[in-house]
Amino acid sequence: MALLEVHNVTMKFGSLVANDDVSFGVEKGSVVGLIGPNGAGKTTLFNCISGFYRPTSGKLLFKGQDVTNLPAYEMARLGAVRTFQVVHPLKEMTVLDNVLVGAFLRGADTDKAHEIARDCIALCHLEDMSGRMAGGLPIGYKKRLEMARALATGPELLMLDEAMAGLTSTEIKAAVEIIKGLQKRGITLLVVEHIMEAIMSVADKIVVLDGGIKIAEGPPQEVVNDERVITAYLGAKFSQRLKAAQGGDPRE
Amino acid sequence: MKNRKRSVDFLWLGLLAFLALLPLIPGLLRSSFTQHVAIQILLYASMAQAWNILGGYCGQVSFGHSVFFGIGAYGAGMAVVKYGMIPWPGAFIGAVLAAAVAVVISYPCFKLKGHYFAIATFAIVEIFNRLFMVWYWVGGALGLDYSFTDQGWTHFVWYESKRGYYFGVLLLFLLVFGVVRWIERNRLGFYLRAVREGQETAESLGVNSAKVKLMAMALSAFLAALCGAFFAQYNYRVDPPMVMSLDMSMKFVLITILGGLGTFYGPLLGAALLIPLQEYSRAFLGGIGGGVDLIIFGLLIIIVVVYQPRGIMGIIDGIRVKAKRSKEGGE
Repeated sequence: MALLEVHNVTMKFGSLVANDDVSFGVEKGSVVGLIGPNGAGKTTLFNCISGFYRPTSGKLLFKGQDVTNLPAYEMARLGAVRTFQVVHPLKEMTVLDNVLVGAFLRGADTDKAHEIARDCIALCHLEDMSGRMAGGLPIGYKKRLEMARALATGPELLMLDEAMAGLTSTEIKAAVEIIKGLQKRGITLLVVEHIMEAIMSVADKIVVLDGGIKIAEGPPQEVVNDERVITAYLGAKFSQRLKAAQGGDPRE
Repeated sequence: MKNRKRSVDFLWLGLLAFLALLPLIPGLLRSSFTQHVAIQILLYASMAQAWNILGGYCGQVSFGHSVFFGIGAYGAGMAVVKYGMIPWPGAFIGAVLAAAVAVVISYPCFKLKGHYFAIATFAIVEIFNRLFMVWYWVGGALGLDYSFTDQGWTHFVWYESKRGYYFGVLLLFLLVFGVVRWIERNRLGFYLRAVREGQETAESLGVNSAKVKLMAMALSAFLAALCGAFFAQYNYRVDPPMVMSLDMSMKFVLITILGGLGTFYGPLLGAALLIPLQEYSRAFLGGIGGGVDLIIFGLLIIIVVVYQPRGIMGIIDGIRVKAKRSKEGGE
């Protein structure tokens, strides 16, 4: 049994079908990448899984429990927490306060919450910023704040929605290291990402969406060689470059 | 523990000590009128702070707080006038009822977002005002008039001196501000501010925002009602226009905005500035006609909101930052 099971999820907005009969599983302890061109329905699927949308049809199982209609805060309490593609800092609160909100999920004890928060802030390299107002942070820090805050809730499944978009290559490397660190801590990850080099190096499995439909699922090397994925998303040139890099570190 | 302040808060304790000793300093609160002004400042500071829980910390602007204030006032008034009892149980029942009414009213209203919530609370004041005007059991438009009883803490009335009321309102102030101080430092305070800053984000972190808002509303209404009970005791009477009016509702809002939304000392600073202005203008300009105090309120609010939307606390913070910078620059 996978930690998260997505069964035939369809999400319609009026006549627009954003997700069409999507199914896949996220194994405990793994990193699953969700990729696809813009408008493929990745964020919509994220919203369905994290409880912000109720799928039109289909079923979601988390830890074997039917969570299809649970609201977002219940999902977070169960241990499935997401970050937002467009960063949502709690602007008029400090970085520490932001992370504390997450940390309070596992208990009302203030000292304990501070302990958790400091830990997560350190893990995401935000120590120097902890007293700053979140609204005034540079984007790279805001992205890491999203991650630190979600992490503070003590999730079993962490869903990162384009946590690396808009970052510099150094920042991306740092983010990849953070993700690897999270995996070592036993956290399962579902990651929406456009930066192929980054996702190739961390994902155990990649699910590809196009036009709301799942067109491929499998290990990264397999997926990048898939003809349909190349046509829909990667493009032939890119695919060749990735193949050339095979065996070496795909980030270089 | 490097990032946490666990030290004793000398500012807060010092303030309490000062307020407690104030009547004992000879000459300072000698006249009945200055005593009245001091009592009013502490009462309105407590009211504003009660409102601040919901409006400031949680970001849900309510124009309906005079209703809860009124229910508290009627709680005390009914106990004394209708049942010939001491006011304490009435005040408590009034506060519980106010919290219950607040939850019932706001449950549907919280589904409204942003300004629509504020607008809905406007209507509630009118409804309750009219309701109490025609409700014979609670005295209708004539209201409830207290008859003479023994003075002292049991009946919570004093006739000869206002000193009893001063210490009474100081207790109320201590309760309301104490509750907010506790909230600020605990989980609820973080959740309130998280809901204000981003409901979606808060929910993504496991916060049940509907429940948090209802808790803020209930607590805020409960404390506002206790303030109302004091108000009835202080005036020896209660009638609908005195308590359940938009004028009264506005004072909850304006004092807090002037002092600084969502700040601990804001409500006290707002009251300390506005109430003396209100009382002195009423005393000296009363001949011009009613509402002079509200004109002054309005002008001040315009000036503050244009100049510093974060109120007096914002101005103080600004000065602090400047001082810190010039100090660092000088070194």
